[in-house]
Amino acid sequence: MTAVLVTRGLGKRYRRRWALRDCTLQIPAGRVTGLVGPNGAGKSTLLGLATGLLAPTSGDVEVCGAPPARDAAHLARVGFVAQDTPAYAGLTVAEHLRLGARLNPGWDDEGARRRLDRLGLDPGQRAGKLSGGQRAQLALTLGLAKRPELLILDEPVASLDPLARREFLQVLMEAVAERELSVVLSSHVVSDLERVCDHLVVLVDSRVQVAGDVDDLRATHHRLTGPRRPGLTLPSDQRLVHESHTDRQSTLVVRAEGPILDPAWVVGNLSLEDLVLAYMSGPAERRAAPLEAVR
Amino acid sequence: MIEFSLDGQSGVSPYLQVVQQVRQALRLGLLREGDQLPTVKEVVAALAINPNTVLKAYRELERDGLVAARPGVGTFVTRTLADASLAAHEPLRRELERWLAKARRAGLDDESIRALFATAFRSGREVA
Amino acid sequence: MIWLTWRQFRVQALAAVLGLTAVAAAAALTGPRLARLARSGRNVFDLSTGGERTLFLAGVVAVAVVPALVGAFWGAPLIARELEAGTHRLAWNQSVTRSRWLAVKLGVTALAAALAAGLTSLAVTWWSGPLDGASSTGHGGMPQRLTPVTFAMRGVVPVGYAVLAVVLGATLGAVLRRTLPAMAVTLAVYAALQIAVPLWVRPHLAAPVTATIVPARGTLDGISSDESGRQVTLSVHTPDPRDWILSDRTVDPAGRPAGLPASFVACLPPPGGPVSTSGQAQAPASGPEECLGRLAGTGYRQQVVYQPGDRFWRLQWTELALYLAASGVVAALCFHWVRRRVT
Repeated sequence: MTAVLVTRGLGKRYRRRWALRDCTLQIPAGRVTGLVGPNGAGKSTLLGLATGLLAPTSGDVEVCGAPPARDAAHLARVGFVAQDTPAYAGLTVAEHLRLGARLNPGWDDEGARRRLDRLGLDPGQRAGKLSGGQRAQLALTLGLAKRPELLILDEPVASLDPLARREFLQVLMEAVAERELSVVLSSHVVSDLERVCDHLVVLVDSRVQVAGDVDDLRATHHRLTGPRRPGLTLPSDQRLVHESHTDRQSTLVVRAEGPILDPAWVVGNLSLEDLVLAYMSGPAERRAAPLEAVR
Repeated sequence: MIEFSLDGQSGVSPYLQVVQQVRQALRLGLLREGDQLPTVKEVVAALAINPNTVLKAYRELERDGLVAARPGVGTFVTRTLADASLAAHEPLRRELERWLAKARRAGLDDESIRALFATAFRSGREVA
Repeated sequence: MIWLTWRQFRVQALAAVLGLTAVAAAAALTGPRLARLARSGRNVFDLSTGGERTLFLAGVVAVAVVPALVGAFWGAPLIARELEAGTHRLAWNQSVTRSRWLAVKLGVTALAAALAAGLTSLAVTWWSGPLDGASSTGHGGMPQRLTPVTFAMRGVVPVGYAVLAVVLGATLGAVLRRTLPAMAVTLAVYAALQIAVPLWVRPHLAAPVTATIVPARGTLDGISSDESGRQVTLSVHTPDPRDWILSDRTVDPAGRPAGLPASFVACLPPPGGPVSTSGQAQAPASGPEECLGRLAGTGYRQQVVYQPGDRFWRLQWTELALYLAASGVVAALCFHWVRRRVT
């Protein structure tokens, strides 16, 4: 399977703080990949490095098989919708389309106009006067009309109301259904990602905690509930992600390839949101040792 | 044509929900033989879910022999579940009703009945 | 890319066109009268009106100000405004490399600036031609073209200033990332250059000429002294009134720079007489002439270092080349910064 985004030991440092560290990922093509983590975890940094807006301090990154923003032809293969969906306030919607048509070969003008028409955006309206949701839709249209192989979105729905959020994701998913489009989308709201993503990367404290297909992650992560047993160790094929105890009861979140055989545990499934939360609030020493991708 | 909905809080994965909703519709007679299921694009546009989810659900239904995909046209129902569940399992349903009456006479409330059932269901699954 | 640059530049272009039209109209309305005066061979300065002399000054100011304005208002926001609004994240992900994006934006803006400055300078140079250096004895005169006051506002150098101001503004905008600070620093640097270059660079753009002049009635510009009357200095002028005097000092018979001998100072009428105490002198009528004659007889001369008046265009083109070369260096810096350092 070809990888649409490959990083090897990628890191970015601003003065003294590492915004991203030891990031090694292989994101497969043809998927909708969610990049999730708390604020300040390094999501924007990773995406900025992938689009060539930032330069790495260590390691390297490749998108669609080449370093980002290498030349005009390569730039045409990767689309980007930045955080806060910037647009030229003085230009109208139609002029933004013209901008895209002039600056991109392979621009799908017909499709872009149709999409904006369906959304009810007035072509003569200045971008500065659009609502947040409308501007996000404009930015998405500009990103899709370029016909990229990979579309990267940095927290596109963070500041949108629920209806605008749903409409944005509908347009995005429709575009994915229409053609072979890979999407990498970051968010700190996990419930959005659950319906939209089939591949997930969890980023906490500037490091990748876990990455893999959503189905694999769901199948291999379990919640174990049972009586508290001091000095408990887990079998070697199970890894502890998160634990919490009362005086009588222990609740663990573990990742295991095989079945859980210990009869004392009641094994339950985890929703994706709970899984991500377990990684986000796991013990600190776990966070320092990143897990490899689940295949 | 049926319409799908997605319950984000249920803990059931989206593709399973689609499968369940198709089976439910077949059981209730909302979908009959020859009916076309909504296209992947239509479902995706309505629900904002991953197209692969829908494809996976439709493939599983196809494996179960309930639907068949015709390339370039759509996915169509080949078999309903209405007869199978209602008629053939009538004795099972009556037996279940009798057990429930027994449990209530023994003094169990709804919660206990459900817990009892869940334990038996799980252990029964592991044995099978 | 050209369409986008033009679209973003539209308002500024309109302002420039309006400004240029105003300048051209003013020149066309008031210029022909002066031109006719000059052709008639009469003394232009005597016949020029106060209003026209004010317009002369306005012309100087206009040409001085245009490069500064375009540098601040066209150059500084070029990159800084995109960085402030975050629109660079939109622009740099279209299928154009940063280099091409910058090259077109900078190139178009610099070209427009050169055009604006060039046309303004053309209008003002034509209009001021008759008045440059015009003087009449006893009534004063207008500055010569080579002097720092007007050199920078004539001919082709304003084009160089405008191009450098734009490139400088854009680079400062890229480095500082904020439009207003970039504008302020651009204006400050531009002002500093306009003081430093005439002072230290322009005199050496062509090798200056050194001449030894005998102080006499025909060559004397004036005698000045301080309050005590003991420190006296002479100033002379060269035959061509258009020459730009760089330095003017007394040398002794051996050719070394020296003060005026005591005999000369004693010879002069005491201060408080025809010479005012503040030191400004009038060209003396008779007495001092004998003193001058005796001074010249003892071998004292005035050594004058100057740029000949006919070098006006040579210095103009040399300074233009200098500014354009500097623009090239700053532009290269800008490219490097935008491609490698903006993260």
